[in-house]
Amino acid sequence: MKSLTIAAAALMLTAGLAQAQTIRMGTEGAYAPYNFIDDATGQVTGFEIELGNAMCERAGLECTWVRNDWDSIIPNLVSSNYDTIMAGMNINEERQAVIAFTQPYTPATPSAYAALSGDVDVEGGVVAAQTNTIQAGYVAETGATLIEFPNPDQAVAAVRNGEADAILADRDFLAPIVAESGGELVWVDGMDRVALGEGIGMGLRQSDTELLATFDAQITAMKEDGTLNELIVKWFGDDALIFE
Amino acid sequence: MFSYCADPSSLEGLVWLSCYLTSGTHLLFYASFGTVLLLLAITAPIALLFGFGGAMASRSRIAPLRWFGGIYTSMVRGVPDIIFFLFVPIALDQGFEWVRHQILCDSDAPVRQGNDFVVCAAAKLPLNSAAPWVHDVYGIFLAVIAFSVVFGAFAANVLSGAMQAVPRAQLETAEAYGMSRAQVNRRVLIPQMWTYALPGLSNLWMILIKATPLLFLLGVEDIVYWARELGGSKTSAFTYPHPDWRLYYFLGILVFYLGMTWISGRVLDRVTRRLSKGQATMGGEALRKETPA
Amino acid sequence: MSCVQTIMDYGLRSIGIGERLLPRADYTLCQQATLIGSGLIWNLYFAVLALSFGFVLATALALAKTSPNPWLRKPADAFIFVFRGSPLFIQFFIAYESLVLLPRAGIDILGMTVQTSWLTRAWAGALIVLILNTAAYSAQIFHGALMSVPKGEVEAADAYGLTGWKRFRRVIWPTMLRLAWPSYTNEAIFLFHATTLVYFSGFPAFQQKGDALYYASYFADRTFNPFVAYPIAAAYFIAATLALIWIFGRVNRRLNRHLPDAASRIRYRPQLMR
Repeated sequence: MKSLTIAAAALMLTAGLAQAQTIRMGTEGAYAPYNFIDDATGQVTGFEIELGNAMCERAGLECTWVRNDWDSIIPNLVSSNYDTIMAGMNINEERQAVIAFTQPYTPATPSAYAALSGDVDVEGGVVAAQTNTIQAGYVAETGATLIEFPNPDQAVAAVRNGEADAILADRDFLAPIVAESGGELVWVDGMDRVALGEGIGMGLRQSDTELLATFDAQITAMKEDGTLNELIVKWFGDDALIFE
Repeated sequence: MFSYCADPSSLEGLVWLSCYLTSGTHLLFYASFGTVLLLLAITAPIALLFGFGGAMASRSRIAPLRWFGGIYTSMVRGVPDIIFFLFVPIALDQGFEWVRHQILCDSDAPVRQGNDFVVCAAAKLPLNSAAPWVHDVYGIFLAVIAFSVVFGAFAANVLSGAMQAVPRAQLETAEAYGMSRAQVNRRVLIPQMWTYALPGLSNLWMILIKATPLLFLLGVEDIVYWARELGGSKTSAFTYPHPDWRLYYFLGILVFYLGMTWISGRVLDRVTRRLSKGQATMGGEALRKETPA
Repeated sequence: MSCVQTIMDYGLRSIGIGERLLPRADYTLCQQATLIGSGLIWNLYFAVLALSFGFVLATALALAKTSPNPWLRKPADAFIFVFRGSPLFIQFFIAYESLVLLPRAGIDILGMTVQTSWLTRAWAGALIVLILNTAAYSAQIFHGALMSVPKGEVEAADAYGLTGWKRFRRVIWPTMLRLAWPSYTNEAIFLFHATTLVYFSGFPAFQQKGDALYYASYFADRTFNPFVAYPIAAAYFIAATLALIWIFGRVNRRLNRHLPDAASRIRYRPQLMR
């Protein structure tokens, strides 16, 4: 115990007191094209990274990115390990009880079921989803057998190897995977657009009202001058949903 | 890495592989092996220190200290280590920040606001403005403490057993020479106990090696994190698209651990031989017979 | 909702009996304690079955390891080295990743189709890994004990004309067990604690049926407060570990009942064997 207190004391002394306000932005880094790790550099990149950097630049803030596993992404926000979450997180009531969201920076994006064949029974079969997502909650309610994975990639792998009959995830995440699977993965008939959630927003601590207002204003500004739509088209293709 | 890697999509076969294996993310993957080794190198002595403290506490003449030693060792023994790993770092982090908040902040805003745990900017640990590597180091620091708490308890078990195993006669002889209790501890008990503690400690070292993949649960980007990240199937949004290769990455990690335990086993065998020299144990006796005087 | 009602609804949730949906809001202490306790069923299931099957396999492995025949000894050595030399965490990952590679439709053996899909389920796949893992560790312990069976006892058995299986069953094996028991108790505790890894590694949870730690982390994630759910899980594990030590202590007393100081209590941590 003694060495513990000594270590703590040492940390307190050595950690400097200078403080230019740096905003730490949390993301998952495993949800292409929203956020993922660039092979070449090992840094995070993607739609949300570019959007976040643009907003910080406009607001004159200094921002750094922090990778965190999806499992603990909200607990680490509320315990102040970083200040914002941009990780393809859909705005929903359950999360709003705990954290605050900016207005959505994507239109309400549909989710979709993908499977090895188009005629899978998504209400009676086994459906894979990422733990603690709105999709996982939705599957648990439909009566299908929910099988949960800690990251979205494993959920896709489970469908590929037959462990699960179908996967439910954001359509934008699944679209490139389905397109590049060479016909292996297809959309489930009539289930390629399931409306869930209210769009993806940036999550902040509820007590952090000032920062929330800053980013909210930036999103409004970027919506109005069309830069947000440009970014959406850049990362999700020409037929992506954009703001009117 | 190599100049011909500028456009990987045009490459094939071994050339592609050589670029793939030297990509930025792979370099981070290789570096994470260093993180694991570093953690081992730091944790082992600290855990030993904790264990030593625990063992001394459980032999102490002061009752509360003895109880503390006893509770510490038996509690860690009764609870799966993962539960500690999920719990201790968060508790420590919030504990440190709370203390700093009391000292450094002049606001009287409560630390817990609803769900939020908020301390003032000056009390953040590390500071928001700190370089990313400081945050990484802090994460590893918390991991080291969590590991040390758990393995310290195991080590305390081993060491207190070893202290009891030191022949009574040796201690009594020391007392007969007029040494005080502290002197007996320092000059006889502690030097003599190592040979008895070594089998248990080598076991503990092996367990520690095999517990390092749990780092990944603590949010440290270790080899398991990178193996999962790199092995997952990649679409063409990535520079190096490929199908699901996680099995290969995990087989690689398996080989790494087998190598680690194999080497450790060899080294520890030699140390055991060394320490057995001249001891009144079976191992020592065997050595005496081996080398003709 | 009263606590009794909660226990009725969620007491057996981990094996699929009771409410289908997990609580989504307003988590009470009672809900947490009930669900985490219900998850403990799986920990016990894994521990009991893995120890039972592992015990038999470990005895066979220990004998193979002492065998003079290299065709028996070498594979046993290699098996023990691989499973003792690598982390269980990694073993789970690899097992899951390889089991899902088996053909979905089943394998044709002699005209019969053997189903394989159940192997990727935690109840089977993770159990197999745990059995193999504990067998390797126990085999090492049993081998050590086998080596220290007093020569005199074996010679006495020979003098009585006992040979082969009978000599092993009536003389060597009981002594081996007696010598190995304290270390084996340790191994059992470790294995029991290792069952918490099942849903934290490769094996996914089906219909939100998981073990104690799965539910503990479910609540910790939802309430964003690790200070309730994890201590509850820890308390359950302490209780279960104490029960395990008690059972193994009883067995130890029975194994030592012919010895003069048989009454002495088991020291379940003479050396950290693992």
